[in-house]
Formats: sequence, C-alpha cells, structure tokens
Amino acid sequence: MFDSLSDRLGEVFTRLGRRGALRESDVTAALREVRVALLEADVALPVVEDFIEAVGQRAVGEEVLRSVTPAQMVVKIVKDQLTEALGAEASALDLAVTPPAAILMVGLQGSGKTTTTAKLGLWLTNREKKKVLLVSTDTQRPAAQEQLQVLADQAGLRFMSVIAGETPRQIARRCMVTARLEGFDVVIVDTAGRLHVDEALMDEAAQLRDIVNPAETLLVADAMIGQDAVNVAKRFDERVKLTGIILTRVDGDARGGAALSARAVTGCPIKLIGVGEGLDALEEFHPDRIASRILGMGDVVTLVEKAAESIEVEEAERLAARMRKGAFDFNDMRAQLRQLGKMGGIESMLGMLPGAGRMKAQLAGQKVDERILVTQGAIIDSMTVAERRNAKLLNASRKRRIAQGSGTSVQEINRLIKQYKDTNRMMKKISKLGKKGLMRHPMAGLLPH
Amino acid sequence: MNADAGEAKSGWLDRLGAGLSRTSSKLAQGITDIFTRSRLDDETLEKLDDLLIAADLGPATASALTARLARERFDRDMGADEVRAALAGDIAEILAPVAVPLILDPLAKPHVILVVGVNGSGKTTTIGKLAHQFRGQGKSVMLAAADTFRAAAVNQLRLWGERAGAEVYARDDARDAAALAFDAFKRARAEGTDVLLVDTAGRLQNKADLMAELEKIIRVLKKLDAAAPQSCLLVLDATTGQNAHAQVEVFRDITGVTGLIVTKLDGSARGGVLVALAKRFNIPVHAIGVGEGIDDLSPFEAEDFARALLGLTR
Repeated sequence: MFDSLSDRLGEVFTRLGRRGALRESDVTAALREVRVALLEADVALPVVEDFIEAVGQRAVGEEVLRSVTPAQMVVKIVKDQLTEALGAEASALDLAVTPPAAILMVGLQGSGKTTTTAKLGLWLTNREKKKVLLVSTDTQRPAAQEQLQVLADQAGLRFMSVIAGETPRQIARRCMVTARLEGFDVVIVDTAGRLHVDEALMDEAAQLRDIVNPAETLLVADAMIGQDAVNVAKRFDERVKLTGIILTRVDGDARGGAALSARAVTGCPIKLIGVGEGLDALEEFHPDRIASRILGMGDVVTLVEKAAESIEVEEAERLAARMRKGAFDFNDMRAQLRQLGKMGGIESMLGMLPGAGRMKAQLAGQKVDERILVTQGAIIDSMTVAERRNAKLLNASRKRRIAQGSGTSVQEINRLIKQYKDTNRMMKKISKLGKKGLMRHPMAGLLPH
Repeated sequence: MNADAGEAKSGWLDRLGAGLSRTSSKLAQGITDIFTRSRLDDETLEKLDDLLIAADLGPATASALTARLARERFDRDMGADEVRAALAGDIAEILAPVAVPLILDPLAKPHVILVVGVNGSGKTTTIGKLAHQFRGQGKSVMLAAADTFRAAAVNQLRLWGERAGAEVYARDDARDAAALAFDAFKRARAEGTDVLLVDTAGRLQNKADLMAELEKIIRVLKKLDAAAPQSCLLVLDATTGQNAHAQVEVFRDITGVTGLIVTKLDGSARGGVLVALAKRFNIPVHAIGVGEGIDDLSPFEAEDFARALLGLTR
C-alpha cells in the first residue's frame, strides 16, 4: 500500500524521463508525488508545504528545464533541499561551559529518554573522556529511577542515588551540588515523560531547567511519531528552550519524517540518533543519510557500516577468497546465511541498497519469508560433510534424507541448490569485473538489468 | 446499576472529549474557517484534505474521504456543522465495525492475553489498567513479566500488580521470555486464575530475531493449550504516524494480533491513523488509553471517537 518515496518518484521520473525535455507541468506532477510521499513519511504538513515550495522554485528554474536528464535533476534537487533542511552537516553537543555541564533530557512518554540518557552517558564517557553523573528526576513512572540505575550499572556509569520522597526539583538541586562537590564534568538529567499539553508538567520542566541551567536541553523524539511532531517540538521549545534533538528508534522502519518536522519548527539541530537497544547504539546524525532514508534512496554508508559491525572481518575475507577461487561450497553458504541474519534479514538489507526499492517491492509481493534464512540453515546442517563440500553428490535419495532431517521438503532443497548455483554464477561475474570495477560500481554487477 | 453505567459512560466520554478536544478544536476551528462562507469547491476540499492529513489520517485515507464528500455534496452550500457531521458520519461508518470490546472466554482458565508492541508504546501501563478492570469485574488476574530485556521492567509490572491487586509471576534473573510465559501459564492454570496477562519486551517490528522470540512465546503457550493465547493485543501509541501500518501488518502476520489498544490519546490528538487502520486491516480496537491513571482506559466507541475527532458535541 505504501510505496517508498523512491518507488513513487521512480515511477514519476521514469514517466518524465522518457519524455526528454521537461515541462513545467511535469515538475508540478512530480512535486505532487513528492508531497504525498513526504506526508506518508510523516513529515508534518506545514513543513511539507514549505519544502515543496522551495523545491518548486529551484526545479522550475533553468536548472531542471535545461538539464539533459531532468528526472535525475529533480531527484537531486529534492535530495539536496532535504539534506539542507535537515541541517546540512552533523552538529556536535556543545558542553563548553564551566563544569559541571548539565544536559536536560525531555520528551513525551515512551520516546526513549531513559535509555538514551544512559547511552549518552556512555558516549560522553568513552568518546570525550568525560566524568558523567546520571540522574533521574522521574518520580512519575513506576520503577523509572530504578531503570536508569540498572542501565547505569550495565554501562559502568555513576548514578546519583535515589532518596525516597524527594521531588524532581529537590533531586535536580541535589544533583548539581553533588556534581560540583565530586568534580563531575557532565550531569545528564533524565525527566519524566510528559505531554506537551500538560501545563503543570511543562511548568515543572521549565523549573528543572532553571535549576540545572543546562548547557544542552535535548528533546528525545521517536522516529515513528506522526504529524504531531511539530506541535510537540514547538511546545517543548517554547516552554524549555531546546538546544537540540535526539531521534530514537532510527533502527526501525519508520521513514523518519519527524526529523524534518522537528528540525523545521525549532531550528534546533538533530544531534544524535538512537539505532538499537544496546547501550552503544547511539550515532552522530548525518543529514544526508536521513534524507536518503526519507526519500527511500538507499543508505549505502549505513549498510557498509552495519556490515562492518556484524560481519567478522576474517570470516568475510575467507569467504571472499573462496568465492574468487570458485571454491564456494555449502559450508560457506551457511556462514553467509548466518551473517545475513545478523545484519537484520533480507528486507532490511534491501532497504539500504539504492535502487533496490523496486526489487524489495517485488519480493514483498512474493512474501519474502525471513524464516528462509533459518530453514536454509537447517537444510545445510542436515547435510553430511561430504555433501556440503560437493553439491553434485545430492541425488534424489540424499535429498529425501536431508528433507527429513531438516523438517523441510525436497522442493525446498532444490530451491536452495538453485540459489547456491546462482550465487556461484554471480561470483564468477564479480570476479570478472575485477576488484577495481567492483569498487567503482559496487552493485552494478549484482542487480538484474 | 443503570445510573452507575450511565455515569461511568459520561465519565469516560468526558475524558475522551477532554483528551481529544485539543486536536479536535484545532481541526474544528479549521473546518469552521473553511466553511463559514464558501460552498464546497475544489479549494475547500483541498483544505479539508490537509486538515485530515494533519490529524494523521494519512494522505490516501484523507483524499478518499474528501473524494466521497465531493461526490455526494459538491457545489452545495454547506455550513461548517453540516460538513463536520457528514465527515464524522463517514468516519464513524469506517470505525464502527472495529469498535468491539474485549470479551473473555469464560471456559478458558486462564484466558491468556499476550500483549505486544514496539518500545515505549505503553504495554506495561496498559496491562496495569486492564488488570484493574478485570479485577473490578471480580476476575482473578495474574501478570507474567515476560519482558526480560528492559531494565527494571519487572519491577514496573510488580508495582502495577500491587495497584491493581493482581498476582505477578516474575523471576528477577529470567532470561528466556518464552520459558517464563510457560511457567506463568502453568501456575495460573494450577491456581484456576481467570485471566493471564503476558507482558512482553517492546520490539521494533523489523527486527526479525526479536519477532521470532514472540513466535516462540506463542509456540510454547500452545503446548499447554492449543487455544492459547486467546487474545493477542497490539498496543499502539496514538502519536505514531504512518508507521502504524507497518506495525499492525507485521505484528498481525507474526503474532496473530486479535485486537488493538491505542494509548496516549490524552495528548494533542492524533489517533487519526486508526481510521486508515480500520479500513485496511479490520482488526478490532478494544480500548483507548487516555491518561496515566489506573482508570484511564476506556472502551473504543466509533461514533463518539469520530465526533470527538471532529470537535462535535454529543
């Protein structure tokens, strides 16, 4: 139902591309699609309108009309404009004040403040060698203070002990005193989740801000948030004056239009993004990457980084060497399946490949079953050592035995064998391209034409 | 008894009205602005479309609704109230089939309710509220702390158990959510408990390995009773935008979601995505969360919801 923006634009631009020269009406048609796609990516309406207007002005200018490839030109303008709107370049935390520097974390319930507080503490400790104190002023949610304490323990960070019955304001005052006395560089103050329309709690947030006088006041916002993002960001900015935004759950499959909305209404940079449940899953914000993602244009950099994280380097090198030699057997395929699983499965991989949007849609039509990684693993596990080395051994009776052993069917085994043969053929193609060619067109040899 | 019911009804309606009034008043104001003078023409329809989009209905559903309005009333002079009533009627019509309360199977001892959702959607709080409701109906309730991932999740559930007067089955060192759910089920069964609510860790629907863990929980529950879990509730944050579609689709495919509970409707609105979800998935919406208090869980009523969304008084 919901095409990614790349599919949507792909269609429009294919249409436009075929016509050669671009008319103003073509640009208008393209922009209508961009508008819908941005709305479906949860970019807030007023932000979309401004954005479309800005793109329109650039697009109907000579830039596009004179271009030989108008379609690509429009894509480029949209992408550039989006990157610019998101903040052009990464913006770091500014903690250059007399220590202790306070960081106040605010946001709606369930946006991920507490987890992010711990992640940020770990980040500042490891990267900037700061002495960090974590404080929870969340007396609202059951066990919230304990949650931060447990996370602090996990991360090996100092957590300011809880005194029962203390109000958030008392905690805030005490933490600044403690930090000063004990020589902490940074105090990260977690707050209770609050609705931006709850006047009493917003007052409290403003009071907390006045007490700790933060160097950074960060809005923690969920990447999945919808049109309300503008209201939330605007209201928090008005009441507590934000200095930055942390976008959480960017590892989900939401397109993250909230990033653009929040940035546009507050003018605050997005400083960091949360990309997983582990305490080290915090990253710098790269506007160009999120722009690509909102547009569904693929995120090769993240893919490469993700691959680098989850694939054991030696294992990958060993596999690559065997592939080049044409010695790729079922043992290698097993290893490959395992790594694919680690990287988040087939669909999440495809989502990050540029131009793979359409392929992904096709696969979705065929209901790609992520469990296939598991079943295929089981099939290979049910082969004998000799069979794994030599696919030619697999005759009908062996296949039946393997099917029984792995709880699958002979058809599924045939499918795996075909896939294995395809992989081998592809490997030969790649080795022909040579290392240089592969670097220049990383995906060209792999994608069907 | 009847008076009580009437009072309870107006009580939750007030809360829903109060919760929704902020968006609705905004939406209503917008509609009034558009229609006080004009007739239903293209420009007006476009603005109407924008208003629906801003309420998170999504571009497709918004244009479907305005197209319908255009088909039926184009070029007619329409007052703002008339437009609102017509739209509310159309929206209520879409929502009516999914406004279905959660019914317990009286023969199941216990009726197992698996509660799933993405991180931060409000699963544990919702479980506390549900437990309180069931206790109010005189049912015995057990909560299973199968969120073995998040720090202090077990204690959060314990506190809710205390508030609601429900037994909590938990182990502080639990690692395997499925094993814990299984043991809780066995215990609840032995004790003849009426309802077992299983709290699970929040997970993003695109994490294949975490979704597989949910499958495993269901698989082991079925070992004790093939009909379990009798219900699988997906807790959805009302501030969520169009990603709600992906959430419902994936959780439905993997865990067989039988109903939705929409939380955080006491904020500055949303919930508009529900209209699109109802159209597309036809999964019942059992209840809505309208606050952090233990009583802040209300039945989902299509007409009231639609009218409140458009700022119409009852």
